[in-house]
Amino acid sequence: MIRVIIPYHLRNLANVGSEVAIQVEEPVTQRAILDALEMRYPMLRGTIRNHQTKERRPFIRFFACGEDWSHEAPDTPLPEAVANGQDVFRIVGAMAGG
Amino acid sequence: MSSVRVLVGTRKGAFILTSDEKRTDWQVSGPHFAGWEIYHINGSPSDPNRLYASQSSGWFGQIIQRSDDGGQTWNPVGNQFAYEGETGTHQWYDGTQHPWGFTRVWNLQPSLSDPDTVYAGVEDAALFKSTDGGHSWQELPGLRSAKGHLWQPGAGGMCLHTILLDPSNPDRIYVAISAAGAFRTDDGGQTWLPINKGLKSDYELPDPDADVGHCVHNLAMHPARPGVLFMQKHWDVMRSDDAGGLWREVSGNLSSDFGFPIAVHAHEPETVYVVPIKSDSEHYPPEGKLRVYRSRGGSEQWEALTNGLPQKDCYVNILRSAMAVDKLDSCGIYFGTTGGQVYVSPDSGDHWMPIVHDLPAVLSVEVQTLP
Repeated sequence: MIRVIIPYHLRNLANVGSEVAIQVEEPVTQRAILDALEMRYPMLRGTIRNHQTKERRPFIRFFACGEDWSHEAPDTPLPEAVANGQDVFRIVGAMAGG
Repeated sequence: MSSVRVLVGTRKGAFILTSDEKRTDWQVSGPHFAGWEIYHINGSPSDPNRLYASQSSGWFGQIIQRSDDGGQTWNPVGNQFAYEGETGTHQWYDGTQHPWGFTRVWNLQPSLSDPDTVYAGVEDAALFKSTDGGHSWQELPGLRSAKGHLWQPGAGGMCLHTILLDPSNPDRIYVAISAAGAFRTDDGGQTWLPINKGLKSDYELPDPDADVGHCVHNLAMHPARPGVLFMQKHWDVMRSDDAGGLWREVSGNLSSDFGFPIAVHAHEPETVYVVPIKSDSEHYPPEGKLRVYRSRGGSEQWEALTNGLPQKDCYVNILRSAMAVDKLDSCGIYFGTTGGQVYVSPDSGDHWMPIVHDLPAVLSVEVQTLP
């Protein structure tokens, strides 16, 4: 299972805790995780990435193993530690706006 | 005994205020959707327990929430607002053309007869319709064909902020857009006509006869006389007696004719309310005195209503969707401020009292009158 941490407001929207566990087909990529997350929690569609283009929303960031993956291609395989569930994939609402 | 339910959208969540018909003791529920901007909450006229809320955030985009139990519980429904066909362009602040892009829903207007049918006015300006209780949304693209390439954003964005449904004619809808103007359809939204003749925007539009581009802030209508419209424009309070065919100014003796909301008394179609704001450069009441103005004849004679409202050092704003009326025998008038107060007058404006003092900035106020 892949472990995903989502931002506070999206936890409330999806009515989940801070960390969710989802089944993701290999290879484990950002796109695969987000597809699986939105399939399980359809209310999150459009809140992390654009409905049509699937581009990341501007004030959302993705982190894996302490590194910013926000600008990586969505189909780049994520680190093994995320793929095997040892580490989490973090979806973060950027600090912006005061 | 009748009661009222006031639906308040704020910068940081939604609040529901309830009272019996005396409107002196209030219960406050909220914040709902804490931390999110709630541009509008509105109830279905045909099923008052059906509510729709526009929940948005600069981080996470647009959510539409629906309640089937009067706001006790909510569930997110569809949030995909895809423009029909070629997205096209509109005029940008610098006069160049700019691609249409969805930002948020400003206004939700449930059908007068079907709780599953609801209209959404969005930014960038367009009108969407759902017939399945908000699960899916389809644009009525004929509106943007009404010279959409000449529309331009106002300071608050290019938003479709007002939707009026004609109770005598289900095919007739009025909308208002900043800064494009007012528009009317007589065929259920397929085709639209700009209805801006008579508006004067000398400092904003070089063409005195321009039929689009006017900065309309709000429209109001009495359901018994749906052909009579009242408008708070950027500057000027206007009236049309022919469904928007021609407007004439009724600003009269107002302390300022700049403002945002406008409302009509529930039982007196010729009684109109506005809240003058000093200017487009200083968005607060003239002289620091919060005054609602009432015109009993729908004309140019206005009286200041001040009893219970702060008459010194008041520098709040009242936004375009933040005033509403109830339908009780003694008509109640309500408005919310950017300072977080929601005021009620249970006697048509003669006396005012705050329901709440310290909410986040109020974006919208709607009132349901319940049996």
